[in-house]
Amino acid sequence: MTRAATTAAGNPAGTALGIRVTRSQRNVAWTGAIALVIVAVLAYFPYLVYSGTTTILVQAFIVLTLASMWNLLAGYAGLVSVGQQAFVGLGAYLVLILAIHGTPPFAGLPVAAIGCGVVALPLWWLVSRLRTGYFAIATWVLAATIMLIIERFSSIGGGTGMPLPGFAGMDPTYLTAYTYWAALAVAVLAMVSVYLILRSRLGLVLTAIRDDETAARSSGARTGLARLLVFLVAAAGCGAAGAVLAISQLQVQPAAVFNISWTAEMAFATIIGGLGTIEGPIIGTAVYILLQQTLQSYNAWYLIILGLIAIAIALFARRGLWGLAEDHLKIRLFPVGYWLHDTALAPGRIPGS
Amino acid sequence: MAWVNAIIQGILTGGLYALFACGLSLMFGVMKVVNLAHGDLAVIAGYIAIGIVFVTHMPVLWSFLIVVPVMAAVGYALQRTLIQAALNRSVLTTLLVMFGLSIVIENGLLQFFSANTRGIGVNLALVTDSINAGSQIQIAWLLIVIFAAAVAVLTGLQYFLSRSRYGRLIRAVADDPEAAQLAGADYRHVFGIAAAIAFGTVALAGIAYGMYSQLDPTAGTDTILLFAFAAVVIGGLGSLWGTLLGGIVLGIAQQVGAQLNISYETLAGYLVFLAVLVIRPQGLITTGNQS
Repeated sequence: MTRAATTAAGNPAGTALGIRVTRSQRNVAWTGAIALVIVAVLAYFPYLVYSGTTTILVQAFIVLTLASMWNLLAGYAGLVSVGQQAFVGLGAYLVLILAIHGTPPFAGLPVAAIGCGVVALPLWWLVSRLRTGYFAIATWVLAATIMLIIERFSSIGGGTGMPLPGFAGMDPTYLTAYTYWAALAVAVLAMVSVYLILRSRLGLVLTAIRDDETAARSSGARTGLARLLVFLVAAAGCGAAGAVLAISQLQVQPAAVFNISWTAEMAFATIIGGLGTIEGPIIGTAVYILLQQTLQSYNAWYLIILGLIAIAIALFARRGLWGLAEDHLKIRLFPVGYWLHDTALAPGRIPGS
Repeated sequence: MAWVNAIIQGILTGGLYALFACGLSLMFGVMKVVNLAHGDLAVIAGYIAIGIVFVTHMPVLWSFLIVVPVMAAVGYALQRTLIQAALNRSVLTTLLVMFGLSIVIENGLLQFFSANTRGIGVNLALVTDSINAGSQIQIAWLLIVIFAAAVAVLTGLQYFLSRSRYGRLIRAVADDPEAAQLAGADYRHVFGIAAAIAFGTVALAGIAYGMYSQLDPTAGTDTILLFAFAAVVIGGLGSLWGTLLGGIVLGIAQQVGAQLNISYETLAGYLVFLAVLVIRPQGLITTGNQS
């Protein structure tokens, strides 16, 4: 995990001064190992726990996927989309349409994700004309429009939706387990993609946009292209989550899959956990599941409380719970920045890492 | 004749949409705040009107005399506390806070008042009566009154902002809060006043919509916020009369769509909105005159 001195080697001035550049202040190979162990243990869960637990975890994986996508959008690219339910719904409907035509839903899942990424391209062309708040409402209108169009087609259930075919004769125990593994795989893939994107050149541009967009653009960063790529990736990720949702619910209803509360949940989870930090969505999803399970008999109260916490955190702790933890403990699970080590000076972080 | 009727209905509902939109436009023009909770606040105003009429039995039409000042006070208070605190941090924070507020209000209304729809003054002659010309053309008095109210509000706002002393102050603060502050204006207070005016129009919009149709917690975003926004974009950002034109275009699109098939009403409006976004992203009217 530690890429010691590889960057500094290309920088003669740096080596001459005896500066060592690392990805993290400590060796974090152990975080990678622990992450692998956690994923392996989670993958073994269907053999260990009752299906009630895995059902809750499927919900958690969906929210985690959505939150890490929204984090990429709002936390790094500065795109506050409140219309991501468009892609949750499209993902669910693509799986349904493929299943009606004979494609097994689990095979339809990756196709649905890619399909959402493709659909996002023309939609980006529409909404990218508007900035900040007006961009936000434009995505909202777009989601409403897509739902109204889909409701026109009675062959896919019209306004009431329809059950997802393709599971006839399947043992419910296996179905629950496969659904769980699909949800886990999507969530892990989402987290890994976010991590890899942020470590790449694109990640540098995104981090620059996050910290100061004007400065990033005047330094020659291609912010428009970076934003487009993030929009497409987030659409594909939300589409995959929507596909998992359709499979886990075994039915697709327009009002449910195109609901604004999906965007509310992904946004609140991200803000609470820590906007602009990779670890934030994990913490935020944990808080979300905790509240949602505790208050599940009180209807929408979990969403109200989640919203109030998110407002407070947006105002008083801009980098969320993870930001608070990071400042006090100086740890990073997913190192994407660079640290300078110098014998004369105390180790310091490059601003904006 | 049915088509003529659809166009007349469209023009008149355009007035209602302009009434939805002017508060949104004003908040953006002055504070650069995109009030995502705009529609939910209008629903709150409508519910307050229903409550006042229920308790005091006062004439429905005069309920705005109480609701408008109440909402204006709420607007001032909200601007001076929550919104200003968010603005002090960043544009991003402001958006996140307003989105959070919108979701919290909508779900709060669902918890306290259920998802049932409620109308305002449904038995009123004004709401039920209409002018009839021929068998096909039927124009509700209520729509005419709402259209007149919208034109009155827009004219008043335009006059206030361009002619009055305080309007000039608001425009100065909108242009450069810091410079206005140096020249002796307390920009936070001016922001508060602008928010109070915007919330006053939000109150009118909520009452008007409650009389024209039915209020429920989801109407705030599904109808009021999104239609207001579509009207603002179609008309051109920052132009008050453009907003009226945008509302009328949206209204006509919806009514003509409904004439084709009743379920196309909302969709037709959004498709026209998207078409404008493609063909003329700067809106139909561009004056550059920030309201």
